Amino acid sequence: MRNKLVFVLCLLAAGILCWQLYNVLLNLPNEKDQGAIYRIVYFHVPAIFTGFIGFFIALGASGMYLGTRNLKYDAFAAAVTEVSLTFATIVLATGMIWGRIIWGIWWTWDARLTTMLVCWLIYAGYLMLRRAIDEPTQRARLSAVVSIFGCTDIMIVWKSIEWWRTQHPAPVLSVRDGGGMAPGMESPIYWNWLALMCLAAVLVIIRMRQENMSREIDSLRRMAHSY
Amino acid sequence: MPGDERALEIDRVSKYYGHFPALRDIQLKIEAGSTLALLGRNGAGKTTLLRILAGLSKPSEGTVRVGGSDVREEKTRRRIGVLGHGISLYDELSAIENLKIFATLYGYADPGKRAGEWLERVGLDRVRDGLVREFSRGMRQRLAVARAFLHDPEILLFDEPFTALDDRAIAVLQGLLNGAHSAGRTIIMSTHQLREALVLATHVALIQRGQLAYTGERTQEMLDDPAYLYRTYGEN
Amino acid sequence: MGKTSVGSFLSSTVAIASKDLRSEFRTKEALNASFAFSVVILVLFSFAFDPSSEQLQTISGGLLWVVFSFAGALILNRSFARELQNDCLDALISSPAPTGALFLGKAIANFVLLMIVELASLGVFALFYDSRFGAQLLPIALVIALGTWGITVIGTMFSALTVNLRMREMMLPTLVYPLLIPALMAAMTLTTDLMSGTPIGKDNTIWLRVLIGFDFIYSILSVVFIDVVLVG
Repeated sequence: MRNKLVFVLCLLAAGILCWQLYNVLLNLPNEKDQGAIYRIVYFHVPAIFTGFIGFFIALGASGMYLGTRNLKYDAFAAAVTEVSLTFATIVLATGMIWGRIIWGIWWTWDARLTTMLVCWLIYAGYLMLRRAIDEPTQRARLSAVVSIFGCTDIMIVWKSIEWWRTQHPAPVLSVRDGGGMAPGMESPIYWNWLALMCLAAVLVIIRMRQENMSREIDSLRRMAHSY
Repeated sequence: MPGDERALEIDRVSKYYGHFPALRDIQLKIEAGSTLALLGRNGAGKTTLLRILAGLSKPSEGTVRVGGSDVREEKTRRRIGVLGHGISLYDELSAIENLKIFATLYGYADPGKRAGEWLERVGLDRVRDGLVREFSRGMRQRLAVARAFLHDPEILLFDEPFTALDDRAIAVLQGLLNGAHSAGRTIIMSTHQLREALVLATHVALIQRGQLAYTGERTQEMLDDPAYLYRTYGEN
Repeated sequence: MGKTSVGSFLSSTVAIASKDLRSEFRTKEALNASFAFSVVILVLFSFAFDPSSEQLQTISGGLLWVVFSFAGALILNRSFARELQNDCLDALISSPAPTGALFLGKAIANFVLLMIVELASLGVFALFYDSRFGAQLLPIALVIALGTWGITVIGTMFSALTVNLRMREMMLPTLVYPLLIPALMAAMTLTTDLMSGTPIGKDNTIWLRVLIGFDFIYSILSVVFIDVVLVG
């Protein structure tokens, strides 16, 4: 059942990504100011959405773990965080490539960039903490607290950095205040977002399975040592 | 049920580390006034159980209650005294300062007076202002015993009480334990020192691989032959 | 919560705070190490840029808070580690004192220790870098106190969280510094403004709000979650 789900999601993600890659690279015209490089937005923006949704889901799962003490939620939180961190890395990487071409610099200490980086650092710390704790129940408990503190921090950073300095382009989607893209050029963002969400789901399912298995192995090892 | 008001009830307690069950389905009622020796090998789960009774760790399943209230409740913790492996004293503070902190945490209106009384009882009033760092091992242990008894707990939990103690501290502890027992206090101790423990115990519980293998009153047979329990109820 | 339980919460908090302060003042280990470290960093900074230039004013806030947060790591690392030595932490947790009181007591002690180190380093800074902020001394002290409480709350919480880990000393800063970014950002901006003679006014009150909000949110979160962290 699960294997089938993974397979179907994989297929869906691959299909959409291929179709949209074709659409974006060969079908759509260049943008009048930015030229060809603007296309990176079709991966940059969906990756942001996927990553941030993941961090909020991880917050929910961490809360659920503390409420129920069911280790399944911990495995879920860990898997989602790890996958979201991957997407956060994609966001940073695509953003930097775009910045190099358009701004002429790899990095600038702009509000959105800084938020993303802080976010990345916090969750990298979360994953490091998980590695530093051997006992699964203690690991689940402590990392859930870190996840809650981390997500709160992202929200504070987000709010406070908006007042700070910003060089990043305004939001491109029409759902938020009009947006800046021509109508036909917007749809690949949504399609790619769907594809990345499918991909994320696949990765989360696989990582969760590994997480559960490694917990099983850890318990068996403890049992073997105790007798 | 006036007697039940003070009994310690362990109801289907399990503790998991991941999926590994450190304790499985422990069901035990310890009547007020009894002295329970908690026996079992290293890693059997004695310390885990004692930590749960002391409120230092939460059971994964089940409850531990004293007179109907959970051990993590503030009023229940006031009734429990714990002496673990460490002495739980601050090296940089003096004897009296150490006891005063705990007297304050236990809500005594005049912590200094309470601390002073206990220093006298364990024979440390002469060095009340000496730093714990400078104390001999035996003095530290006596002070640790005073710390555990300070708030006059109804239920006393000891993890391996005799292992690290010197002769004088053992004498002090045994005296206090006897006194506590005749005052109707409940005592629970995990121990390897079968002989010392069995003499004091009214009840025994044997834990094996996280499960309760035997529980009942301490019998004459056990006194005569301390290995009897392990031979009869233990595996191999 | 009755009146008595509020009273016992407070007396437990005070007992824990004064115990930590007393044992630290007796050895002064963390205080000395932390202050010496701050001075070294301040000296090192003089090689990083021209110490007599005008530019100094614009980075003084950032410089000071880097020093403060480094100094803080040394003090915070010791905070809960101090309780491990003789299994004192177990005795504290099994006592009827609420874990929130244990947390607040330790946080207050860390705050006082860190403030001492910070004010001393601020003096050294003024001496070395000919910085004249006398006119703004009070607002600066306020900003330092708010920023330090932010460092202390997060730091004490994570000191408790990492106390039983191997690599404790490394995990603490790795987890704490990213979380502190909003507080440090606000404190740095405000300190720089005040050092260069700009009072707290309409342009920068937003940062004061960020700082107060950060302190408030994390004080609440820490008191709520400390029990989960300490009682396994």
